[in-house]
Parts: sequence; C-alpha cells; structure tokens
Amino acid sequence: MMNDMPQAVQAQEQAQGNGRRIGDVVLDLQNISLSFGGVKALTNISFNVREHEIRSIIGPNGAGKSSMLNVINGVYHPQEGRILFRGEERRKMEPHRAAAQGIARTFQNIALFKGMSVLDNIMTGRNLKMKSGLLANALYWGRAQREEIEHRVKVEEVIDFLEIQDIRKTPVGALPYGLQKRVELGRALAAEPSLLLLDEPMAGMNVEEKQDMCRFILDVNDQFGTTIVLIEHDMGVVMDISDRVVVLDYGKKIGDGVPEEVRANEDVIRAYLGTSH
Amino acid sequence: MSDRHGQTAHPAALDTFPRLLMHHAAVRPGRPAMREKEFGIWQTYSWAEVARSVRAIACGLAELGFKRGDRLAIIGDNRPRLYWSVAACQCLGGIPVMLYQDAVAAEMTYVLQDAEIRFAVVEDQEQVDKMLEIHPEVPFLEHVIYDDPRGLRHYSQPMLIGLDELQEMGGIHDRNHTDFLDGEIDKGASDDISVMLYTSGTTGKPKGVCQTHAAFIAAATGAMGFDKLSEQEDILSYLPMAWVGDHLFSFAQAMVAGFTINCPESGDTVMTDLREIGPTYYFAPPRVFENLLTQVMIRMEDASALKRKLFAHFMEVARRCGSDILDGKPVSAGDRLQYALGNLLIYGPLKNVLGMSRIRVAYTAGAAIGPDLFRFYRSIGVNLKQLYGQTETCAYVCLQPDGQIKLDSVGKPAPFVDVKLADNGEILVKGPMLLKAYYKRADATAESINADGYFMTGDAGYFDEDGHLKIIDRAKDVGKLKDGSMFAPNYIENKLKFFQHVKEAVTFGNGRDCVTAFINIDLEAVGNWAERRGLPYSGYTDLASQPAVYELIRDCVEKVNADLAADPQMSGSQVKRFLILHKELDADDGELTRTRKVRRNFIAERYAELIEALFEGKKTQHIDTVVKYEDGREGRISADLRIEETKTFAPQASKQAA
Repeated sequence: MMNDMPQAVQAQEQAQGNGRRIGDVVLDLQNISLSFGGVKALTNISFNVREHEIRSIIGPNGAGKSSMLNVINGVYHPQEGRILFRGEERRKMEPHRAAAQGIARTFQNIALFKGMSVLDNIMTGRNLKMKSGLLANALYWGRAQREEIEHRVKVEEVIDFLEIQDIRKTPVGALPYGLQKRVELGRALAAEPSLLLLDEPMAGMNVEEKQDMCRFILDVNDQFGTTIVLIEHDMGVVMDISDRVVVLDYGKKIGDGVPEEVRANEDVIRAYLGTSH
Repeated sequence: MSDRHGQTAHPAALDTFPRLLMHHAAVRPGRPAMREKEFGIWQTYSWAEVARSVRAIACGLAELGFKRGDRLAIIGDNRPRLYWSVAACQCLGGIPVMLYQDAVAAEMTYVLQDAEIRFAVVEDQEQVDKMLEIHPEVPFLEHVIYDDPRGLRHYSQPMLIGLDELQEMGGIHDRNHTDFLDGEIDKGASDDISVMLYTSGTTGKPKGVCQTHAAFIAAATGAMGFDKLSEQEDILSYLPMAWVGDHLFSFAQAMVAGFTINCPESGDTVMTDLREIGPTYYFAPPRVFENLLTQVMIRMEDASALKRKLFAHFMEVARRCGSDILDGKPVSAGDRLQYALGNLLIYGPLKNVLGMSRIRVAYTAGAAIGPDLFRFYRSIGVNLKQLYGQTETCAYVCLQPDGQIKLDSVGKPAPFVDVKLADNGEILVKGPMLLKAYYKRADATAESINADGYFMTGDAGYFDEDGHLKIIDRAKDVGKLKDGSMFAPNYIENKLKFFQHVKEAVTFGNGRDCVTAFINIDLEAVGNWAERRGLPYSGYTDLASQPAVYELIRDCVEKVNADLAADPQMSGSQVKRFLILHKELDADDGELTRTRKVRRNFIAERYAELIEALFEGKKTQHIDTVVKYEDGREGRISADLRIEETKTFAPQASKQAA
C-alpha cells in the first residue's frame, strides 16, 4: 500500500492539469483470487480505483482482464480477497446490487437488443430507475407518464452527448459496429453511473472510430465526473487516456502505476513482447 | 444606383432588418418565428421571444464594447442563436460576417484579417479551438462568444464568453436602459451595410461583398410578391449561413414575410427533420436534390419486384404528363386518371418520404441542374423552379414564373431587375439588389460594375424567343477546340453528373483537338451497384480502378456523347477519353470550393500529368497525390490510373432535343 502513494499523488497532479479532481479511493480490491475448478484466473491481485479517475486494466489475451471486471460488478465471486466499495465490504456482490449502487458496464461482445431502436435500447439503461407499476405503464397514466417523460429527457441528453441523433429510431442491428459500441456506451450512461466499467470499448474499431470513442470516454469522465475502469488491448490508446494503469499477465499483477511508469516496467515489456514463459 | 427600382412593397418605416424584426414582434408576437429540434423535440420561439433574445444579445455585445460599423464574425451550423446574433449585430449598426463552418482554421484567417474582426460568435468547442489557434495571426480579435458550452468548462482564456452569460448580461442592460437599443435601431439607415458575404473564391482570394439593408429587402420583397408567399410558410434552414442563398431565404425573406424558419437537429438528421417539418417553401442547390434522388433510386433497386414494376410504370406516366398537370396545361382524361392513381400509390408516399408533401414552391440554384433531375421532381408534383443570381446580386436576378417552366432556362428577370447581354454574350444586371462594394477592394468593385451601373456576372447566356434567360457556362470557361467548335465544360460536366454513378466530372478541351474528362464515381451508388454484383472492393481508390466500374462509366460517357451529337452547337465537343480519379475531389484539398464547385484551374495544375496523358492517348498513368485530412494532417495516395477511349457519334441535327 505504501508505495502506492507517490503514484496516486502523481496521477492526482496530472489530472488536475486537465482540470479534473481525483478524489479518494472508491473501489479497493484486496488480494483477490479467483479460480474455475483447477484453473486459476486471478491470483492475489490488489489495486484500487480513485474517484473521477480513468483506470485501465491491460494485459495480453487470457490475462484475466474480463474476469477482473466481472469480479468488480459481481458476476464472479472470488474465492479469496476483499472488495471495498465506498468503504463498505462486499464479499458477495450480486450484479443487480452492483447496478443499484451506481456501477454500469459495457460488454466485450456487444450485448444490445438488435431488433430494438437505439432509443429503446438506451431506455433500457434506465430500467433500475423506473418505479411505476406494470398497469400504470400499460395505461401510460399518472406517475408512469411523468416518469416516462423524465427518463426520455435523460435518454435524449445521452443521445445528444454521444451525437447519435440521426440514428435515434434505427434498429441497432442495422448499425455498423462502431456505432453499436457507442450505443452500448449510451445505455450504460443512461443509468447515470458513478462507476463505469468498459470492457474493450475500442476492440475491432478503425482508427477514426477509436479516436471518437476516446473523445467520448474523456468527455464522460470530464463532464459527469464518472469514474471509469477500462479494459483495453490497444496500448497506445490506454497510455493516452488513462490516469493509472494495472497490468495483468496470467492472472497476476505485473505492473501498476501512471502510464509512464508502466511503459518503463521491464515485466510489462516482456509480457507484451511475448518472451517465452 | 436605384433610380427607378427603388420602390418596394414595404412602407418606409420598415427599411432595415431590425425595424422589420420589431415590427413582427409587435404585429404577430405569438406566431412562430423559429423552431429548433433539441433533445428530440421541436422547440418553438415566437417573434416576441426572438425579439427579446435579439435585444439581449445586442445589449450584451454593446456592453462588451461592440460599436457601430464593427464587423461580427458568425461561425457555425444553422442555430437559432446564430441567426439572432446576425440580427443583434444589425441592431447595433454592425456588419455580420458569416464564415463557412467546415473551413479549417487556416482558411478562416484570411477572412478574419480582411474584415478586421474584433468579435466572433461561434457555435461550439470546435470553432472556439479554431479561433484560439489562429488568434496569434488575428491579434485584434478581442472576444469569442460561444453558443454551446459543452467541452469548454476548462477553457480559461479571458476572451471567451458564453452566449448564455452574454444574453443574461444584455437582458439586464436592456431592462435598465430600454431606450438604448431603440435609439441604436433608430440610427440605422436602409443604405447601411446589413451583411458582408464572402465570395467562395473560385477565382483568387475571397472578397467581402457588402450588401445593404435595402438590397436584401428589395430582393426578398420581390420574391415574396412573385411567388405570393406569406407569413404561413415553413422553411428548413440547413445550408451554410455563409452562403448568400441561406441568407436570402432563411434570414431576409423570413424577416420580410414573417414566416417560420426551422433549424435541424444536426447535419446528419436533415432528412428526418425535413420529413417532420414538411416545409412549404424549400431551397436547395442541385446536389441536394441529386442526393435525394440517388438515395431513392438506390432504395428502389433493393425493393421487391412488384414495387419496382409499379415504380417504373408510374414514373413513366409522370414523365409523360406530370409536369404538364403541374403547369396547368391540357392533359387527356386517361392520363389524368393514371396520374391520380400514381399519386395515390407512388408520388404521394414518395413525396412524403422526401418531406416534400406540403411544398408550394421549391427553388434550386448555385449550379446548373440536370434536365432529367429537374423533370423528375416536377413530374411527381413538386413545384421545383430555378432561380439565377450570385452573391453580388443577393442571389436574385431571374426567377421562373409558375406555369412557364423550361428545363434549360433560369426564367425571366425578377421584379425590379434589369438584365441585358454584352456583345460577347456575358450577362449584365442592374437593380436595387446590387452590391454596394467589395470590402476594401475599390479596384474589384470598379472592375465588376461597368460605366452604366451594370454588374458583370461573368456568365455567358442568351435570351430565348419567350424572353427566358439561358445560361451556358462561365463566360471565361467557354472555349474553343482546335477545329473551332464551341467547348462549354460545365455544360458537358452537368450532363455527366446527372448519372447517379457519377459524382463529379471535370472536362478539358480548350485549345485541344478533342475533349477528355476526369470522373469521380459516387461511392454510395457505385458501391451499392458493386455489392449487388458481388464485386469486392476495399475503398474508393480500389473501386474506382475496377474494370467493371470503368465499363459502367464508359456507358454513361457514351450516352452523353450521343446526347451531345444531337445538339448542333455541341456535337463537336464529345468526350473522347476519360479516366476515373483515384480520390474524391475535396474542398480540403482545394479542389472544390466550400460550396462544392469545381476549381478548374487548380485541378488542371495539380493533375497536369494526368491531363497530358489523356491527350497523348496513353493507356495508363502513374500519379502520386498529397491529400489533407479533416484534422489538417497530410497523407499521400498513389495509383496507376487507366485511361479509356469512348465511342463518339456523328452529329445528327434532326433528333429531338433532350
């Protein structure tokens, strides 16, 4: 923990340069180990995420990045270790509990409703905030109506933010891949999360789409102050937009720090250049 | 200047735009002046609200130190508050200068320097960044006012101020000193300069065209009377504010008639917004009509066999009698019945999809429109007409009267306008809508207005037997082949461009022994065509070089040749060889103007080796081109281009003209 301090301070200073304030630790993962039967996915991993920062998890294929994300939002339950979210310990965090606490995510393989419009898909992101009953909704009456309008306003703000007005009514299945990724981000944003988990938001994109996505991630972080945990393959992208980076390899943490530190880390270079293990 | 054209329909008191605005706010306070789609919902602003906001912006500008005669740069998409800034600037006796919003920063420098801009109202972060980038070269720029604060939270430059704050500040000022702004409006005179519009610069550096209130009011009033337009019209404002056409239709005419302008949500949603608004009055350059038609055709090709058959059948009916029905000419009962059925099944739904169901009058201008394209819209019952004019004449010289539409003319001289031809065929015009001067360019002003006060348009044309003006080409572009036959490049290019697969064409032939052409294919149309044939391609350059695509384009060129052969004047200028360019002509590379007109000389220089290869009759030619990306970076494209010969036809004088 001690040698984490200078990194954090450094990151804090760096971020202040951009005008953002990085706050206290919101998510603390301590000694997490996860295995599926005999297969060890994660071994004794500790790192934390501070308020308002962009924290990236990188590593080669099969390093355990997605598993780590699934641990954070409660899909997987680690056999060992502690997760502290806003100072509260959660041994078993169910996904819906995670969502209710303000954690939203996107998926590596797009998980949208292909036949539904962009608008409706993003509307599903408001799901947890819908309080009125089935009957009231069916009749579009009273509180249901007020709620619907309120949610639609939020969704329209997201649509405006992501500049996807022109595809508002287009079925998601008919959109190119890059835009689908953007819609998925939109659905996550509609939940007004305080912590946003992005699983390879830029996978399979061309350079221009990647630049767009980077811009949106930075804007989300900047405008809404959302804390972002990001998994990414593309080292260049990660180094450009992250405040701090965790590097995993074979389920173990091999590096942690601000991008410059990680870039200079011998273990990381070895893992990425593919030295034989 | 306006010796016998001075009378307009408006009483003397309404002789400036600020007075017109205050008049509408008093006479029709509750009627919608503007709509804007925001967060998916159309927001309406009444004339009273618009007047209030304009007053606030004007007072805010005055508080910042904006003075009578100052120029205000306005840069952005068609946002209500940018239009209000135009009016606010005019209230203070300032001169609004609109810039093309998609120009890169370096291109803006010249105009900002030329107009000595101290104040700029810009749309968003993108434009703010451009202003900050060129600030060192425009040191007199004092204030940049932005409409949309998104992304600007951390910008600490003291020169930046939000339009929200400015409006707030101005609102307070206006409440405390109610007579200040009224006094400023009272000081305005009708021959004050109301706006400065920069010419797109097909030739040399852009020049600032100074137009007075009187000029634009005369142009707008004349057009209103000509087409019997009222305060009930709805118009969609989506063309660049810096273009004279938008200023005439979305600002001057709206201010004169008091009708409603509608701002789309974003550039990408125009099609949807058009459909939702259903304008009654519409203005677009030919390329917009062309794009719409291309999209329709592409979608029709993907439709089921039954729908395609119905479409083909009823379009044939429309071709036969649609225009005549629109013009009120006699048509047989059988055709009328067929057309009515077609209207029910095809034209009606089609117009609805295009957002043209309610259109009473639609205009096109800016470039010549292909006759087939023009006929298509008229035949389905859209009253599409052509007008002719330029920045220097408030885009108001000739208009086509209802019921007297000729495909290849631009109509008759508009009310208050005097048109005559010089000996070399150049069109000369005079009237109240003429420019006052080019800004700081007395030499250019003197060059373009002759001793009798006629403006020399630089276009070549002639009047036909009914007094309709026909435009052939730019007077300076019209040339001769070696054998002496006339070569009108635009005329041929427009014929080529009507084919949906051809996006852009540039022809060469002046002083040569034959005519050759560069072709740009339409990536969307040809791409779709290739997909349906299972033809793989990786991008524009690859698609453009495919033999099958060459085959397709050669077909188009040969059809044009057959068409040219039928015209005794033009039969000598058939296209003998052509090539398909390896990249799309682009305004960022300087090949097109911002209004997408071809910059012929620039292209001739840049691709000199290709042109030589064309005339030498080579089979292929290697080319290496530097291209500029939208963010200003540079890259290179190189390719080996194939050159193909085409069939030409013997002149045939007897064929019916197209």
